[in-house]
Amino acid sequence: MMTSYLLRRINLLLVTLFILTIASYALAYLFPGEALQNLSGQLNPNDTTYAALSEKYAMDAHPIFGFFTYLGHLLHGDWGTSINSGKPVLDEILSHLPATLELSTYALFMSLLIGIPVGFWAGIRFHRSVDYAVMTGSVVGFSIPVFWLALILIMLFSLNLGLLPMSGRISLLFDIPERSGFIVLDILLSDVPNKREALYNAFLHMILPTLSITIVTSAVVMRITRRSVADVIQSDYIKAAIARGLSRTQALWRHGVRNALLPIMPQIVMQFTVLLTNAMIVELIFSWPGIGNWLLQAIYQRDYPAISGGMLAVSAVVIFFTLTMDVLVRALNPLKRRDVHGTI
Amino acid sequence: MIRNDKSGAYTPLFCLVIVLFSLAGCSEYRRTGVSESGVVYCSEGDPSTFNPQLDASGTTVDATSHQLYDRLLEINPKSNDLVPALATSWLVRDDGKTYVFQLRRDVQFHTTAYFTPQRSLNADDVIFSIDRWRLVGHPYHQVNGGEYPYFASLGLAQLIKEVRRINGYRIEIELNRPDSSFLANMATNFAVVQSAEYAEHLLAAGTPELIDTQPVGTGPYKFESFRKGSYIRYRRHEQYWGGDVAIDPLIYSITPRSSMRIAKLITGECDAIAYPAHSELQILEQRQNIVLDEKPGLNVGFWAFNTIKPPFDDARVRRALALAIDKDTLINAVYFGSAERAKGLLPPTSWAYQSSQRDISYNPVLARQLLDEAGIPKGFSMDVWAMPVERAYNPNARRMAELIQGYLQAIDINVNIVSFEWSTFRRKLQEGTHDSVLIGWSADSGDPDNFYRPLLSCSAIFSGTNRANWCNEEFDKLIDQALQYTDFEQRKLFYHMANNIISDDMPLVPIAHAFRYQAYQSQLQNFELNPYGGVSFVGVSKK
Repeated sequence: MMTSYLLRRINLLLVTLFILTIASYALAYLFPGEALQNLSGQLNPNDTTYAALSEKYAMDAHPIFGFFTYLGHLLHGDWGTSINSGKPVLDEILSHLPATLELSTYALFMSLLIGIPVGFWAGIRFHRSVDYAVMTGSVVGFSIPVFWLALILIMLFSLNLGLLPMSGRISLLFDIPERSGFIVLDILLSDVPNKREALYNAFLHMILPTLSITIVTSAVVMRITRRSVADVIQSDYIKAAIARGLSRTQALWRHGVRNALLPIMPQIVMQFTVLLTNAMIVELIFSWPGIGNWLLQAIYQRDYPAISGGMLAVSAVVIFFTLTMDVLVRALNPLKRRDVHGTI
Repeated sequence: MIRNDKSGAYTPLFCLVIVLFSLAGCSEYRRTGVSESGVVYCSEGDPSTFNPQLDASGTTVDATSHQLYDRLLEINPKSNDLVPALATSWLVRDDGKTYVFQLRRDVQFHTTAYFTPQRSLNADDVIFSIDRWRLVGHPYHQVNGGEYPYFASLGLAQLIKEVRRINGYRIEIELNRPDSSFLANMATNFAVVQSAEYAEHLLAAGTPELIDTQPVGTGPYKFESFRKGSYIRYRRHEQYWGGDVAIDPLIYSITPRSSMRIAKLITGECDAIAYPAHSELQILEQRQNIVLDEKPGLNVGFWAFNTIKPPFDDARVRRALALAIDKDTLINAVYFGSAERAKGLLPPTSWAYQSSQRDISYNPVLARQLLDEAGIPKGFSMDVWAMPVERAYNPNARRMAELIQGYLQAIDINVNIVSFEWSTFRRKLQEGTHDSVLIGWSADSGDPDNFYRPLLSCSAIFSGTNRANWCNEEFDKLIDQALQYTDFEQRKLFYHMANNIISDDMPLVPIAHAFRYQAYQSQLQNFELNPYGGVSFVGVSKK
């Protein structure tokens, strides 16, 4: 059962990615300028290069054939050249994406760490003052535009109080060689003499960007958790458990937690997409060297190979993450095992 | 009881204060570990190359010229004298056309991850560096574009007849004609010396283009890495001939937005920043730990009349218009007071500046009188072209044009303000259809010739920098003669005579010399603003 489910999921993943590559290929034709230039990233090639490129991307053949040639290049890791930097698009993506993933991971972790317990608390105290207070906070939290919040945080903590830095991942004075692209991992892997200071410095740089995203996302997580907990508490099986002599706390711990959390897992996973979008906005404000910052520069510079490559990479990450979480949820939640047909 | 209650209510507040105080300990977050001798300079953009010979833009020069390289001579920013750099001494032979340079011994090139020099600097390196831009047939001339804008704009390649090697540490440069601005040009930010040994090494490896992207020089800092749009990382050059370098590493953090640079300076993420915006200077002035340096820049903003177009061919009309505007008000409104009132072309920092030059003062009555004499009727209409972009010498030409419009209204002249997109603007200006234009000039060397020749000589009409289309043979003769002499006092006389012609004929109204600004943390010491452009960290240290 599980195997066939897994196969279905992988099938869905592949089909979605395939459709994405079609979209990315179509973009080369839809962007202004010449399709060949948008695909390869070679500006004003001379005649020989032009001919070679034209053959490489099968420009003279039918577009469908051209697409499969393009797909072949993608699979071989040839995503074209960035017009702006002159470097291969894939290399650029691989050096910027980890920074975004790192930021998103911290923010997601913090959101769950704050959102779930607080939501739980509000759920237990459903329609009492704690609940109202938490809900008020949550409404405020997710109504604030993230870029505005980020700027306010900068103004308060960086400019007025002078406590925290406002740009980048680490002070440029630390020379951390780039290996994995994840700054904390890179510091640990590096042989700089003052790792502790470097880690501390990186930590300080992390606080504000993570906080900006966390405030918005944890507000949503809170609401989802609270609703679910409130439903569970009023359910018959909890009432029955209490009737059989369990204390409220015991009933909640034994029967409530798992039943309240599992159904909301997919909803929380959905928040990852929103979180990633927020992360890309926040990157720009904090000069975080991630994919969002990079994509925005690419858009400013009309760097079409980079735009379509970046789009492909970001959507692939989202789809991959969503599907993985989907499989994980199913593995954990026996109720879900029954419906075989997939949903995203 | 009441007191107990109160203290209970204050407990959370008290905790918060404790937390904030403990966090305040972190405000020194940058001054740990390596950062003690390191400096972060927040610059405004990416250099397009690491060789200032190839690009005359300020961004490239600021990032590379004084960090990676040295020149034969330097200009002392305080006294404006030429001082020895790679050349320990020099002399001009009696014919005034031959210069001999004695080179410094034991000047080491950078040892980097990509190149280890086998020898120190000698005559070959200097000859290589000059011949690269001078000789079209040179193996490196076409490498990385083959355009050498600064040298081309002054015709230096045509000026030099021959560069000879006398011995390993002595070279001789022969010119086609005497030119007393030659030494000053050899001291500009563009006349850098590269390594001939490295060039040969690259040529043998088949990758000559790396010479300008993985640079090797003799300057106080050596190149380590560059990430476009993000940073440049320089390390200390241990064997720098000029003595110990206190800063290591030196980092250029590329931050295009001016407000962002100012914010990073305030938080301490930048030790120094480039080009703080005029409108934001006040924020910096209020900060105690930040030093804001201002110096009059080597530039001039002016209002030029098209002297080949009637009625602007009449000197009386030009004088009348000059009398009709109040320069002080323009300076306050457009430069926010951060500029010096201009009397002539040269700013006061130039050695040839004439403090006694006749200035023109605001007098609308006399202006109208002169116009009546010249037969200009009331209600006459003219165009003022205003640059669409912000420039150091004029941050807001459009606003200045509007103010001029108001002043001329008072003497019954109607003004149409004309503006195009910047490249169209310059093309149309070249066609010469304008009545008058608000524009300016930023000089690259301290030599006064760099102002007079491009702005008002007859030949500059064709090369497109003489916006007044003004050609005066007497003036041309004077500035040519000035170049025949090497003594500053003698040259000054000629420039002062030229100033008189300008004041009489008024082809343009000099308005202001805008200040240059530099802001940095007070821990940085000896960080001086160089009036000739270019940012230098030689001799800078951090407390």
